[in-house]
Amino acid sequence: MSELLACFEGLRAEPDHHPWPRFRVDRERWLALRQGLARDRFALLAEFGEPQEVHAILFDGESLALVVASLACPTGRFPSLAVDHLPAVRFERTLRDLVGLEPEGLFDLRPWLDHGKWPLSRPLASNPGAPEVAFDYAFLPVEGEGLHQIPVGPIHAGIIEPGHFRFTASGETVVRLEERLGWVHKGIEKRLVGLDLESACRIVGRVSGDSTVAFAWAFARAAEAIAGVVPPARAVWLRALMLELERIANHFGDIGAICNDAAFTLIHAHCGILRERVLRAAHEVFGHRLMMDRVVPGGVAVDLDPGGIARLHRLVDELAPAFDKVVSAYDNTPSLLDRTAETGRVSPSLVRRFAAGGHVGRAAGRPFDSRAHLATEPYDDLGFRPVVREAGDVDARVWIRIEEVRESLRLVREILAKLPAGPVRVELPVRAGCGLGVAEAFRGEVLVWLRLDEAGRVRRCYPRDPSWLQWPLLEAAIEGNIVADFPLCNKSFNCSYSGHDL
Amino acid sequence: MRRLYFHSLLSRAVTEPAPTPDERALAELGASLRARARARLGRSLAIREVDAGSCNGCELEIHALNNAFYDLERFGIRFVASPRHADVLLVTGPVTRNMAFALKRAFDCTPDPKWVVAAGDCACGRGLFAPSYALEGEDGAVARVLPVDLHIPGCPPTPVDLLRGLLALLEAADGRIPHAACPTC
Repeated sequence: MSELLACFEGLRAEPDHHPWPRFRVDRERWLALRQGLARDRFALLAEFGEPQEVHAILFDGESLALVVASLACPTGRFPSLAVDHLPAVRFERTLRDLVGLEPEGLFDLRPWLDHGKWPLSRPLASNPGAPEVAFDYAFLPVEGEGLHQIPVGPIHAGIIEPGHFRFTASGETVVRLEERLGWVHKGIEKRLVGLDLESACRIVGRVSGDSTVAFAWAFARAAEAIAGVVPPARAVWLRALMLELERIANHFGDIGAICNDAAFTLIHAHCGILRERVLRAAHEVFGHRLMMDRVVPGGVAVDLDPGGIARLHRLVDELAPAFDKVVSAYDNTPSLLDRTAETGRVSPSLVRRFAAGGHVGRAAGRPFDSRAHLATEPYDDLGFRPVVREAGDVDARVWIRIEEVRESLRLVREILAKLPAGPVRVELPVRAGCGLGVAEAFRGEVLVWLRLDEAGRVRRCYPRDPSWLQWPLLEAAIEGNIVADFPLCNKSFNCSYSGHDL
Repeated sequence: MRRLYFHSLLSRAVTEPAPTPDERALAELGASLRARARARLGRSLAIREVDAGSCNGCELEIHALNNAFYDLERFGIRFVASPRHADVLLVTGPVTRNMAFALKRAFDCTPDPKWVVAAGDCACGRGLFAPSYALEGEDGAVARVLPVDLHIPGCPPTPVDLLRGLLALLEAADGRIPHAACPTC
């Protein structure tokens, strides 16, 4: 038995939680979980709360056990996991901001998403409080001779999302980066409360616009697990088709943008064309360039006709050779590789500790890909193999994307060839319960935890973007690099601000 | 890489002909433009894009304006890094309470004459995230914070929608508003 499951020995899983088990634990077991996290025996994927309960989503990469542990906190307090497991810090600061639960022992009590601008505080608590008083955010102190600070943001120079970066540099070298996020907090979790499934799915599909298919799919999976309904095979395959097109389009964008940040605009221009071709095909075939609102609870909103299949075959035939030329340009330009190789390195141990997914994890030896390990349908019928590299630098993250584009192009071909016939949508019966859904977005695994009431409406929905576990590693990646390489490092991570800020 | 260059040299440009400026946008813009501004700007617009809370879907499509298909710069429209260099703030929303202050400062830093374009349903005040405690005026409309000259709806607006809106702005700024569309004429 895995060490993670051993922590729950003798407990009965909650009968209304699907498809992975949820255990209500006492304080003692919660502390045992904290011990396990401290010793890196398993990983924390998310920590979030309801007014009377804190939940931790835990994952053991070896046995592939995924578990939700819940601790009742009638007094509004719970033992902080962050005390022994740093990846939990931002989750717990957010728990204080949004739900008002107090992590005992948490050493960083600065508000995280609450900037003191809302008309209330603790919006998800059963009794929200008066607004936070306006405050000056205290950045961590830095001491040393000749150090200077560079504040950047929230508005950045490019067409990107807002966030604040506080660099402390010694000459050209960054000695510390501290992020401050929360600027695009839209109150999504509160907004979702009381909505019907379809409306909620549309909003969850916009938690991070670039991952709309992944988020909608994860939400649909959670809803379908609660309903006890298996969506039609054709719908599952069409979802995978859209998810791979989304991945291809985003990776094209990222590869181009990374090269652009190294002042190599040729690849950027070509990747821009490739990306546009994908979006145009998506628009023609599925009716929306980003494929928003195409994945719905119970299936998909659009079917694919033979004309659409032919169109996508043409797309892939066109993209593959054009992309090979781009890759060869990347691989044969030493001045470009000089910028990306050995820049922004993240160590494999940090990546494991933070359970960072997507290109951040897979570029540093963490092989996890939820398509192979957690949400395998229909990928186990497609012979899918995750791509892994070891170096953990910008170059490795570029190569993960390159190889994933190639694998996704292959997957698209396979799906088009083997697409099962049949309906693409079923009605979901109204049922109360809790569900967890997973889907592999282009930047890592998306999780959606959902609790529905008797009327089938959302009582609590928690969408977790992979960026939560990647943002902190960006602070580590830039250390010891020069300030001018920050855009390169940042783009090679391409974390979502909106997905994080909620 | 030589192959890539040769291929590019020998193939036709993918850039497409310009779409016609959006009539509705021209009508909305007519009132907000003055002759003095037209003379000063000529046929060139510098845009500072500000994400004031979007899901990043609008940013993806705004980015696409720079790709070879739409090639925004051929119209004399370009994105600049600072509001101090800008004629236009292109704002996506919904405007969060946490971003409102930064957005106002960006506006204050933009020299006159200037225009504000609200891009996307959220920025227009009818996005899916509203109503919410975290949004300015609960709906997050850009108009709650800044005077808006042009609205471009869509979730997200397509590059062609954006382009048509911006071309209308350019036409208007150039003093070439069709009479029917210009309420001040």
